[in-house]
Formats: sequence, C-alpha cells, structure tokens
Amino acid sequence: MTDTTSRRRATQAVALPTLLWVPAAVGFALIALPVVGLALRVDWARLPELLLSEAALSALRLSLITAAISTALCILLGGPLAVVLARGRLPGMRFLRSIVLLPLVLPPVVGGLALLFLLGRRGLVGAQLDLWFGITIPFTTAAVVLAQTFVALPFLVVSVEGALRTAGQRYEAVAATLGAAPGYAFRRVTVPLVLPGLLSGAILGFARCLGEFGATIAFAGSLEGATRTLPLLVYLERETDVDAAVALSLLLVVVAVIVIAVARPRSGEGLA
Amino acid sequence: MTAGVDARVVVSRPGFELDVRLSVEPGEVLAVLGPNGAGKSTLLSVLAGLLRPTDPGSHVRLGDRTVTAAGVHVPPHRRGVGLLAQQALLFPHLSALANVAFGPRSRGRPRREAEATARDLLAAVDAAELADRRPAQLSGGQQQRVALARALAAEPGLLLLDEPLAALDVDAAPAMRSLLRRVIRGSGQTAVLVTHSALDAVVLSDRVVVLTAGRIVEQGPTREVVAHPRSPFTARIAGLDLVPGTACPGGLRTADGQVVSGRGAALVEGEPAVAVFPPSAVAVYAAAPQGSPRNVLAVRLAAVEPHGDVVRLRAAARPGGPSWVDGLAADVTPAAVADLALEPGADLWFVVKATEVGVHAATAGVPAARHGPSAPIVSLSRSPTPP
Repeated sequence: MTDTTSRRRATQAVALPTLLWVPAAVGFALIALPVVGLALRVDWARLPELLLSEAALSALRLSLITAAISTALCILLGGPLAVVLARGRLPGMRFLRSIVLLPLVLPPVVGGLALLFLLGRRGLVGAQLDLWFGITIPFTTAAVVLAQTFVALPFLVVSVEGALRTAGQRYEAVAATLGAAPGYAFRRVTVPLVLPGLLSGAILGFARCLGEFGATIAFAGSLEGATRTLPLLVYLERETDVDAAVALSLLLVVVAVIVIAVARPRSGEGLA
Repeated sequence: MTAGVDARVVVSRPGFELDVRLSVEPGEVLAVLGPNGAGKSTLLSVLAGLLRPTDPGSHVRLGDRTVTAAGVHVPPHRRGVGLLAQQALLFPHLSALANVAFGPRSRGRPRREAEATARDLLAAVDAAELADRRPAQLSGGQQQRVALARALAAEPGLLLLDEPLAALDVDAAPAMRSLLRRVIRGSGQTAVLVTHSALDAVVLSDRVVVLTAGRIVEQGPTREVVAHPRSPFTARIAGLDLVPGTACPGGLRTADGQVVSGRGAALVEGEPAVAVFPPSAVAVYAAAPQGSPRNVLAVRLAAVEPHGDVVRLRAAARPGGPSWVDGLAADVTPAAVADLALEPGADLWFVVKATEVGVHAATAGVPAARHGPSAPIVSLSRSPTPP
C-alpha cells in the first residue's frame, strides 16, 4: 500500500478553469468516437478471413516494406538536411526552411501530381531518365517510396532540427575546449544529443508513410502487389466490400496505436 | 603543460569595442572583473578560439605558441585552452566518469587509461562516488565539480573560468570556491577568472584587471585593487574590507596579535588568511560601544567619500593603534554623517558582527603589500566620484 502511494506524483494544486473541460471533452470525443464507431461496425466473425485474404496480406506487406524504406531514406536525407538547416550559414536559409516544410501543408495529392510532372515520362527529370537509362518511375514501387518520403521528410527534419536547436552549440563548444575535433564532437556529442529527436521523428515519419494515400495514388497508381498499399486497398474495398474496408481500417488503427505507444515515451523525454 | 599568456584582443561590433592587452605568468591566476557588457565573455571566447578578433593587430600567445594573430587561427580543439563556464554543461548522455574521460579520449588515449585519469580527477574534486551517475542525477554543485574535473582532465595550458560560481546556490558556492582554490592553486594551473564577485577574486586570483566598456580601467595585485579601488565600478562591486593575518580558531589573528572574529571553512590554523567584509556591514560609533559585536576597531577617520546614495568613510590608524585598520571602509547614510558630525581626524569605532566577516585562505605567497603607516591614506582627492 505504502509503495503505491509513495510512487504517486504530487497532485496538482492549481485547479483548471471549469469552462475548459467542455471543449476539451468535445475535442477528445471527435478523435476517439469515430474509432469506436469503426470498431462497432467490424464483422468480427469474418475478420480473420478478411485480414488474411491475399489482397490484404499483399497490401500490408507492401505498406510495411515501403514505409520502412521511406523512413530509412528520411533519416539518411533528412538528418543531414536538419543539421544544415540548424547550423549552416547560407543566405536565404529561412526561405529554404519554408520550402522543406511545404509537404506538411500541401495537399498530398498535389505533391503526387508535382512528383509526376517531375519524374513522369514527359517530366523534367523523368524524360531524361527514360531517354538515357530507360528508367521509368511512376506507377512502380519506387514511386510509392518516393511519394511517402516526400510527405514524411518534413516530420523528421522538423523533429531533428528542433532537437539541434534545443541542444544549441554550447556542448560542441565545450567538446572543442576539451580537445575534440569537429568530427569526433559530432559523433560523440551532437548525434547522441539529437537521438531522441531523431527517433521520435523517424517513428512519426513511419506512421505518416503507412497512412499515405493522396500522393501515392497520384504518382504511383493502385496496382496490386506493386503500388496498392493498405490505405489504397481500404479505399478500393469501400466501393465493393465494406466489411473488408472496415477490417483493414481496424488493422491500420492498431498499427497506428502501436506506433504511438512506441514513440510517446521517447518524444516526451526530450533533452533534459 | 601550464603556460603563460600574452594577448592583445581587439573586437569591434556595432556599438561595442573591446581593446585589451593582458599577460598572465605561468601558474598565475588573473581575475577579470567588470559589469555586464564590459566584454569579459568576448575576451574569454577569443582566448578559447571560439571567436576570432576583428582587428588584425590582435594576437594570443600561449607559452611560445601563437594561436591567434593576423592570418593565424588555431581552432579551439588544438589550443589546449580549457573552459569552465557558469553552467556545468556536462554531456547529458554520458556518466560523470565518461564526461571527465572525454578530453583524454578525444585525444586518442585508450579508454582504460582515460578512465583511470578520470577517476583520479573525480577523487581530486571530491566526486569519486559520483562516477557512475548521469548529470541529471547530480546537484548543481556536484555538476560543477565534475565539470572542473573534466576541464582539468584535458590538461589545458590555460584554464578559463567564466563565472564558475554564479549559478550555484548560496550553500554550494563557498565549497566550490575553496575547491577551485585548492585544485587550481595547488596544481599551479594558469587561469583567467571572469567574475562579478570581489570575494572570488580575493580568494582565487593573484592579479585583477577591471574591464569597463571594453577597456581595462584598473589593474594590479588583487588585494590592492579590491581594498583600494580607484575606478567607480571597482569601488561599487569590489570595495571590500580586507584584513590579512593567519587563521586561528574563531577567525583570524593579525600581525600584531589582535583577533578578528569571523566565519571560515576548511582553514588550517596558522596558515595565511584574509578576513573579508563589505563596508556596508560596518557600523560606526563615536563612542566605544557595548554589546555583542565581537569586532570593535578603534580608528581615526581619514576621508569621507560620497558613494552612490551612501557615504563611504575611510579609516586610518590611530597614533599607536594597529596599522592594519588603515584604509578600511564603512558605508553609512548621509544622515548618519550629519548626526555623528563626522570630519576627517575624528576618532571613531568601526564595529563588525562576526557573522558578517568571512575568513578565507589567502593567496599563496607573500601577502600583497598594504599601505604602511607612512603611505598616503585614501583621501578625498582620490575619491572615485569627486563631490
């Protein structure tokens, strides 16, 4: 008994204004109730059959693989990009930063179209790729990965850049006065300091990749086994088999909950 | 390893210019006093190599190495200049031991060897038992001790101390001050100490330069400058009363055998010490007072100096009385001056409660020369703000 009471945090002494509770409750209900509605609509008897259908398994596999590759790309490209944005001294850095944030505010379907006009057969770069290497990107799995990376990259950049700014350059300066060369200080000080931010950014990015719909359908289409990820399959099944769509939706909800559960403690920790 | 410093630092920014020439002997501790914005931190940044001076006439020499000059800029990690700042800035992801071992490790020393060095240094700063803790598990004072060990582990030729006590609470600061004194003075480490506190300067440094608006306005042996400030700024923040002597139970014994009662920590009886109290702690009586204060000093009034919104009284020795009261200051209100009908030459009693007197180990070596009986006493003409 004493153990549980001693572990309990001190209760907050200052009460919240009563008026806040009403909109807060409505906001919470708006997020939570639809999920409940979804769960109630599930045909539990047919669930295993629906989830284990070949189309569902194929879409799930494709979603997980492409999201993993996209997240790795986000780390490889977004990490250094964040360092440059946080520490680099280039003219017009603010302008560059707002460009990087564009996918956050842009409708994903617009992003998909933009990718298509860049990398499509007649696109700015796509035409050259086709002409010189015979490479076609649109409507392939590579297109799925690119679309997901496009929409998820800012999540990682924002998260890592924030961690870098919070840490500041004081620790690097201290490391230098202790005799650490810049490369050593980056490895032993900077990277460990931003690791929590990198992890939470990567997990958020992974979740964003899993849910990607608009950019994917515009740039990669909906080809079973190649570009039809789970969200695309949900949309497709909604027309023909609502039970299947609901079951797959539930699967996405479960994956999302797992991602949040994994990501939360880390992002809350931050930099002490 | 420890090196002398010779530097001329000129940094110009809009609305600010720092132009300082200074030198520090090997093993000497130089205190830099000055108000906020005087350029103290800029000066340290240039010495550490974190900032390049704007004027090509600037130079920094450490021992026989030129690390800053026109066309020369040795980066911070190759200078051998350590830094202990106000914030400990321990690497939060490393244990105390790994923090201290960081310097040796970054210069390629094997882990085992670096950790052995780190353990020795943690023991030297009384933090051996903290080796495995993370910085978040340490108090502010403990963090600063570990940070000191970390700075020393890199074996700096020059150690920069940037207000190392300013962020500590009142309980932790005195312990850290004596630790700094023991470690820095004990190892003969060359150091530059930036501080707001005259007490830090008295306890830790041999010499003081006073920086105001980017220029050195005053410099000299620490006790000389602190006891007899010449610039208005020094008079305001320093202007401490100092009495040299040797440590004794309950306080300090002066050369003529009188005991000044005060409070001190970690003092060895018979060792050189200095009693320190602010002039504002001195009460002034026209007749010998009765009461609990332990320290009643018979003085003759030498000078009356306006000092902000108070009046500073300067004492001289009475004929046949102890000479060490010469130059002591007391701050009183203008009304008190009128009530006591003070004028130079009057016989007064300076009274200081023992609780206001700090007794500190004195800087090693010969105590700074004080004004002898024949030396000119502080007079109105040397007042920082002439009436």
